[in-house]
Amino acid sequence: MTTSSGERLYDGADWDFSTVQRIHDACEEIAQSELGLDTYPNQIEVITAEQMLDAYSSVGMPLYYKHWSFGKHFAHHETLYRKGLKGLAYEIVINSSPCISYLMEENTATMQTLVIAHAAFGHNHFFKNNYVFKQWTDAVGILDYLDFAKRYVAQCEERHGRLAVEQTLDAAHALMSQGVDRYPGKKTLDLRAEEQRARDRRSSEESAFNDLWRTIPAGPLKSESELGAQRRRALLGLPQENLLYFLEKSAPRLHSWQRELVRIVRLIAQYFYPQGQTKVINEGTATYVHYRIMTRLHEQGRITDGNFLEFLQSHTNVVFQPDFDDPRFSGFNPYALGFAMMQDIERIVTDPEEEDLEWFPDIAGTKDVMVVLRHIWANYRDESFVSQFLSPRLMRRMRMFHLHDDPGESAGVRVDAIHNERGYRRVRRELSRQYDVGSIDPNIEIVDVDLAGDRRLLLRHAVVNGALLQERDAKLVLQHLAALWSYDVSLQEIDSSGAVLKEHVASPRKMVAAA
Amino acid sequence: MYIVDRRLNPSNKSLENRQRFLRRAKALIQGAVKKSSEGRDIKDVLEGGEVSIPLDGMNEPRFHREGGTRDLVLPGNKKFEEGDILPRSGGGRGRGSDAGQGDGEDAFRFVLSRDEFVDLFLDDLELPDLAKRKFAETQTEGLRRAGYTTSGSPANISISRTVRLAAARRVALRRPRSETIAQLEAELAECPDERRAEILAELEALKSKFRRIPYIDPIDIRYRRFETTPKPVAQAVMFCLMDVSGSMSEHMKDLAKRFYMLLYVFLTRRYRYVAIVFIRHTDRAEEVDEDTFFHDPASGGTLVSSALEAMHEIVRTRYRPADWNIYAAQASDGDNSYSDGELTGRLLSELILPVTQFFAYLEVGEPGANMPGASESALWTLYQTLRSEGAPLSMRKVTQRSEIFPVFHDLFHRRNKRETAAP
Repeated sequence: MTTSSGERLYDGADWDFSTVQRIHDACEEIAQSELGLDTYPNQIEVITAEQMLDAYSSVGMPLYYKHWSFGKHFAHHETLYRKGLKGLAYEIVINSSPCISYLMEENTATMQTLVIAHAAFGHNHFFKNNYVFKQWTDAVGILDYLDFAKRYVAQCEERHGRLAVEQTLDAAHALMSQGVDRYPGKKTLDLRAEEQRARDRRSSEESAFNDLWRTIPAGPLKSESELGAQRRRALLGLPQENLLYFLEKSAPRLHSWQRELVRIVRLIAQYFYPQGQTKVINEGTATYVHYRIMTRLHEQGRITDGNFLEFLQSHTNVVFQPDFDDPRFSGFNPYALGFAMMQDIERIVTDPEEEDLEWFPDIAGTKDVMVVLRHIWANYRDESFVSQFLSPRLMRRMRMFHLHDDPGESAGVRVDAIHNERGYRRVRRELSRQYDVGSIDPNIEIVDVDLAGDRRLLLRHAVVNGALLQERDAKLVLQHLAALWSYDVSLQEIDSSGAVLKEHVASPRKMVAAA
Repeated sequence: MYIVDRRLNPSNKSLENRQRFLRRAKALIQGAVKKSSEGRDIKDVLEGGEVSIPLDGMNEPRFHREGGTRDLVLPGNKKFEEGDILPRSGGGRGRGSDAGQGDGEDAFRFVLSRDEFVDLFLDDLELPDLAKRKFAETQTEGLRRAGYTTSGSPANISISRTVRLAAARRVALRRPRSETIAQLEAELAECPDERRAEILAELEALKSKFRRIPYIDPIDIRYRRFETTPKPVAQAVMFCLMDVSGSMSEHMKDLAKRFYMLLYVFLTRRYRYVAIVFIRHTDRAEEVDEDTFFHDPASGGTLVSSALEAMHEIVRTRYRPADWNIYAAQASDGDNSYSDGELTGRLLSELILPVTQFFAYLEVGEPGANMPGASESALWTLYQTLRSEGAPLSMRKVTQRSEIFPVFHDLFHRRNKRETAAP
């Protein structure tokens, strides 16, 4: 089916399914032989603008359970779109196997080529190989799971009433960003492994036996109540930062279907968790891949100069980074930063300068770009990617600087570091911190439950840099939490010295009685 | 690689979510719809449009932080050096992280479709006392699933039920499976001669049984059964009486027409089985179609009784009060020739009001005419008297376009018992 080199893939802007097939095969050939990409099988779906809006409102997934908030987002996007305030994405790609990419029907043939190269190969490779995705998502099972979730929610609505289901989902949604495991849990061992471990431990004790240890005085004995509290916390798995997990397992008065709903929301949140921490590197990968593929197609003469110019125009729009004082500025454009870094790495690998040899001794001048890039794509996320591969040269080119804004400082905002010898490392460190999931989401965990008393749930927010929770929203979220826990909850905001800065309390309101 | 064409999929996948959203925000949206309709022409109102509702109650709260010290890395440095202090409010500082805390808008804007808009707009309105509940005899009949049947049209064959029955029958009659036969045949091919006859006989028996018992028998076939169920519909008729006499200024006619337009939309949308009769009158009355009623100019003297007579005549010939809920809405500037007053009063109190469920009177006037102390019009005084005698009459005055919606709502909003408040 492969088109021979030099033959045009398409003429003009029109395309049909055989064109798409040809384009896909041509891209695949380049992706596999020249870039060495390893992808899930592709499934390309052609959709209309309205379907794209649909997909937007259900976070890009092809199927999802029903909830009013998706309707709200749909109404919002639709309004913006109809007014022309906002264009639609050219594509949406889903981390599943087969990897589903949506193409808009109104794209020209060149745009479809770009999108296929970008989504069906760039993102696809990233999804399949990046460690964060490997660790947290199950690409093969996700669509089946969503299908199950959709049916389950519908069933619950039938059985227990829409209002009760809606309230549970509302509450669970409010806690979604606190409903992910940030660290892989410990694996449960099978019996044999456990036995082996016990044996190892014993033999290690035997070999390291020294009677002297007995003579070392132990600390003061822990009081009865302290031991009790410790035991209780251990039993409940506290402290626990995955609030939804805790509620699912330990909330005393949830019905089993409510637990299942909480679990559905939690698992979906977990599925999306990697996407938030790989925006720059993921888009950078996809953009780099489409750029390489399109350039190669042009070199092979499979697309015309005109097509290539059309591509370049869209490409330039995508990787445009306005300066901070530009009215269009709204933070770093992940496409721009990611692509710039990928190109920079290519330069460092193939044609390093003195400075690069000093900063990147491991990769500078190793000549094989794809080996280095594939390694990076597999083993880094935004934070580590920026902190290790942002080069001084790129910082100079993008003229990055670091501002420190201390509300206590009345004079104004201090420029802490700029793109110079003294500043490179600090700028890079700060930028990577901006992408650190640990610092994006507030650090909130459940620390204790007063089981003997009024069953009050105690939460703690570890305050960093004096940033407290926004009060109004915090109250609302706590209210939702209280609804699921069904007893009082209190949230203390505690700074690094352990002083309580603020305390929020919420008591459950009556939920609709579930049948 | 697969290519799937999703364009043919049913559209409006989000419709259900949207309906849920509208339902949830109903009170808010309704308020917004009313507010946005005030400033608009009636035709525009029915076109739907953008509304904005406050985010309260519709927001999806999350924990997020504010305040504290912030560190930003920004691109595009032009002249800053390390250690520079930039004033806060002055220009030159990007508002980098503010976007993240977004949703700072206090209102949520979106577009309602025409149907949604009108539905919400008319939601809390209804015809009062739709009480006789005389159900027309030949009514719409709905179909309802009602189990299975052994006869029916081929289109209604229930395949799953048929196959299930066939399977049950085959099991019960021990129809040999084709695999068993195939297996025996294979055995036959390589068996020693002495067993040959035995296998042959067995095979023959199986085969004949296989033929005798069909895979699907006509007795297995089941059809989906449907039952017709009558759907009761309350019969009602609305009389629209409009004064088009010379004393009505353009402005007044405009008000009256707007009112009827609204009424018309309300009735056609809400009550599919409401008959509407348009009567316009000068010194004589005529029944007209809706197009003439709304668009045709006419002029002349004023005799209100003529319209009432016409209405009475129509009721007598076409709408038996025993079977129909009868409503009437009258719009006029309140002028009536002096001599006609008594006749009008008698017609109303003796012939019309006893058979009507509800009679709305709308008095239109010039802007500013509604001064306190100004003398009431002839009709107003007359109706006032009737009303005080307990007739089911509602009266409102309208002098400006903007009052039409509130007055209309006021007249037709859903209420528990008959309105007794002062006009």
